Amino acid sequence: MPELRFIGGYPEYMRESIEVVNRTRPKRMEQPRAMTKEEREEVLKLHPDYAPGGKRKIRIGQNKGDIAPNEVVDLLEAYPLIQPGEIDLGKVDYETDILIIGGGLAGTTAALWANDSGIPKGKILLTNKLRHGDSNSMMAEGGTQAADRPNDSPAIHFIDAYGGGHFTNKRDVLRALVEDAPFIIKWLEGLGAMFDKNEDGYFEEKWGGGTCRKRMHACRDYTGLEELRVIRDEFRSREIPVLEFYPAIELLTDEGGKVVGAILWNMETEEYKVVKAKATILATGGFGRLHIRGFATTNHYGATCDGVVMAYRAGAKLRDTDTVQYHPTGAAFPQQIVGLLLTEKLRSSGAQPVNKRGEAFVFPLEPRDVEASALIRECYVRNNGITTPTGMKGVWLDTPRIDLINGEGYLERSFPGMVRMFKRFGIDMIKDPVLVFPTLHYQNGGVEIDPQARTNVEGLFVAGEVSGGVHGKNRLMGNSTLDCMVFGRRAGIFAAQYVKKGVRVGKLGLNHVERYVKELKEAGIRTDRRSPMLLPDYRGKAVLARMIDIF
Amino acid sequence: MAERKINVIDEIKKASRSVTTGIEEKDIEHWVEIYIMGKAYKVPAALTIMQAMEYAGYRFVRGCGCRAGFCGACSTVYRKKGEYRLQTAMACQTRVEDGMFLVQIPFSPAEKPSYDLGREKPEPSVFLKYFPEIARCVSCNTCTKACPQDLEVMDYIQAALRGDFRAVADGSFDCIQCGLCAIRCPAEIVHYHVAQLGRRMYGKYLNPLEKNAEQRVKEIEEGRFKEEMDRLLKATDEELERIYAEREREPD
Ligand SMILES: Cc1cc2nc3c(=O)[nH]c(=O)nc-3n(C[C@H](O)[C@H](O)[C@H](O)COP(=O)(O)OP(=O)(O)OC[C@H]3O[C@@H](n4cnc5c(N)ncnc54)[C@H](O)[C@@H]3O)c2cc1C
Ligand code: SF4
Ligand code: SF4
Ligand code: FES
Repeated sequence: MPELRFIGGYPEYMRESIEVVNRTRPKRMEQPRAMTKEEREEVLKLHPDYAPGGKRKIRIGQNKGDIAPNEVVDLLEAYPLIQPGEIDLGKVDYETDILIIGGGLAGTTAALWANDSGIPKGKILLTNKLRHGDSNSMMAEGGTQAADRPNDSPAIHFIDAYGGGHFTNKRDVLRALVEDAPFIIKWLEGLGAMFDKNEDGYFEEKWGGGTCRKRMHACRDYTGLEELRVIRDEFRSREIPVLEFYPAIELLTDEGGKVVGAILWNMETEEYKVVKAKATILATGGFGRLHIRGFATTNHYGATCDGVVMAYRAGAKLRDTDTVQYHPTGAAFPQQIVGLLLTEKLRSSGAQPVNKRGEAFVFPLEPRDVEASALIRECYVRNNGITTPTGMKGVWLDTPRIDLINGEGYLERSFPGMVRMFKRFGIDMIKDPVLVFPTLHYQNGGVEIDPQARTNVEGLFVAGEVSGGVHGKNRLMGNSTLDCMVFGRRAGIFAAQYVKKGVRVGKLGLNHVERYVKELKEAGIRTDRRSPMLLPDYRGKAVLARMIDIF
Repeated sequence: MAERKINVIDEIKKASRSVTTGIEEKDIEHWVEIYIMGKAYKVPAALTIMQAMEYAGYRFVRGCGCRAGFCGACSTVYRKKGEYRLQTAMACQTRVEDGMFLVQIPFSPAEKPSYDLGREKPEPSVFLKYFPEIARCVSCNTCTKACPQDLEVMDYIQAALRGDFRAVADGSFDCIQCGLCAIRCPAEIVHYHVAQLGRRMYGKYLNPLEKNAEQRVKEIEEGRFKEEMDRLLKATDEELERIYAEREREPD
């Protein structure tokens, strides 16, 4: 095959279509109308989450009979990484009041508020699988919702989220989310987070898909990075103990079934450590790296569903495991960034999905599932997509339209991260559109919590993406960074309260794991699958075929 | 119709294979040779350094976080065959090139001073109080050249010396704390920690506190919305569906 010729970062054959997009731009000032209910229902049949196949019933545990994606059920119906008998629980390596597992926005916020609620820093331990902060939180681009403008209210926020969640959200938990939101923004501001503000000092608030008010608070397109690095800096300033490259691989329970700590594993020396804790806060994030239905993902390297697996073995109830969120606009080109997120804020600022003929075919701010389905239909049913050299299909996201609407320089100023990412691969998104396709984005359900971030298992608190309930079956943009901080804070506060009331920690054990293994066997589940997964494996097939384990 | 839908998902799965299950040799047309810590490997030309190392058989524990250019975990240094220049890059955001000799720097040792923002005042001296070493900057610009985010790193260090909070905050805003500047600096400055203090001081003290959020927090504390929320919590789903359908979108 001859070398492909690239012009402005795109192969020559894609340029033709780009020229059409550039030419038709002035004619596309009016947006296509939003779909009717019937139209939505029709297109949604193509959505990876609703199209047949891909899911099955969970056969054991609390949620037996519930539906979940095959990839998740595979991990739930798998054997533990350790044999309970081979672990010596007699020697405790760390004894603490509160163990926090996972250091994204949820876990780090929990640590600060546990400390603020009277737990001394030395009695908190945060452990993380990767470095502290390497997480989905770091990557949030779009923003955080909070109903703080005079024409907005917690009630309107509630309604937006409840409708967006297809009326399945846990209402009392959702209430906590919307009522705490303005406080969280103020708290972050007080810690020194730099939210975008206009000249008069008011937040510059943007649209998010599915909301009827502008309430998205952003820090350019590095919102999560700014929020987390500020919170983490505060965490480090307070010198709260932290472990890195030390994933939890199993929770510990005592005779009464309370969660009383965890087993950690040093990823480099492969040694295990035993943590005894009065309360445990699980904040391990989502599951994008399971590549559900074979989709590329926006998620970080460690998003492998570990928390759900560990909590489930300890008897925690899950909910809304049957839905998965795909983001309508992941990068489809170039190969190096396939799956990575192009924030919804691009569309709320004027970028328009456009097919290969230069036609705007969908209202840009439909709910995520509708928007994603419309893109899939355009590519795979109507054949109006553009095929990349590696065989991916996508449609254009007309980014130059942003400056056309907001004035020159706006795109570069508001989306420096995005512009930089494409520039690295020779593409100028200010002048040319970029190619997009839906990508696996968010774990809607998870471990069920109440407004105090408690689970049905005593001693186990849960916050952030690993939790279930607040978003029901579909999360709106900007509600999950918020969720992390609202329930991270609540987990910290209520775990502290729980500890201060006095907790009698019994004998550390893995009875729940033994019970779970027995149940697996009784259900006739014979497999060599092991979980939690900890990390995905992307090694080349050729190398794996010749790998021998001798050292 | 149902069959057709299953096909769509299967087609998408097939099209995404290269980023979900690892790359297969037969799908590759263009190759380059790179040297990972001195060892030569033939890898597909279209990959990032990170994907290429995986293709070559590495499974990351360190040196890999977000895989998207946000977390700063994948700092890499390399030289190209026949070039004297030592270059820096983020492995997840840089395409491999023929003849790259590369190694990752998965950790940069640097202590962060503790401070209580509430007790500090936004005075220029705060930078020197916690980072006296910034006075040793020799203006060599090595930090700027090392920065994978293309920040004017030296400029923001100079701004810190002058006590110009806004310039530090603005100039460093896109910093992903990868540590490459600090590893290269002859004056042993830890730029990204200096920047972090600057941004927080600016955010807290020099950017006026927003009034709407403050007002709303007060209203919520006073129970202004309590009744309405209580009602929503008790309403039937039909009522809520109606309210949802009748929402009025504020004008653009
Ligand atoms: C690209 C992208 C953009 C997004 N944009 C937005 C947005 O604009 N607005 C919004 O509201 N939301 C957004 N989201 C969603 C939001 O960022 C996440 O849902 C949220 O930040 C999750 O935070 P978390 O603290 O629950 O989990 P994470 O931030 O993922 O943190 C979990 C941490 O736990 C660690 N961990 C995992 N397993 C273990 C284990 N076994 N032991 C120890 N540690 C473990 C992980 O390594 C990780 O560091 C976005 C998400 C992505 C991926
Ligand atoms: S590398 Fe160090 S000494 Fe050189 S300009 Fe940067 S801060 Fe100054
Ligand atoms: S300023 Fe330093 S730490 Fe920040 S991104 Fe640039 S090189 Fe990395
Ligand atoms: S892995 Fe996060 S910046 Fe490369």
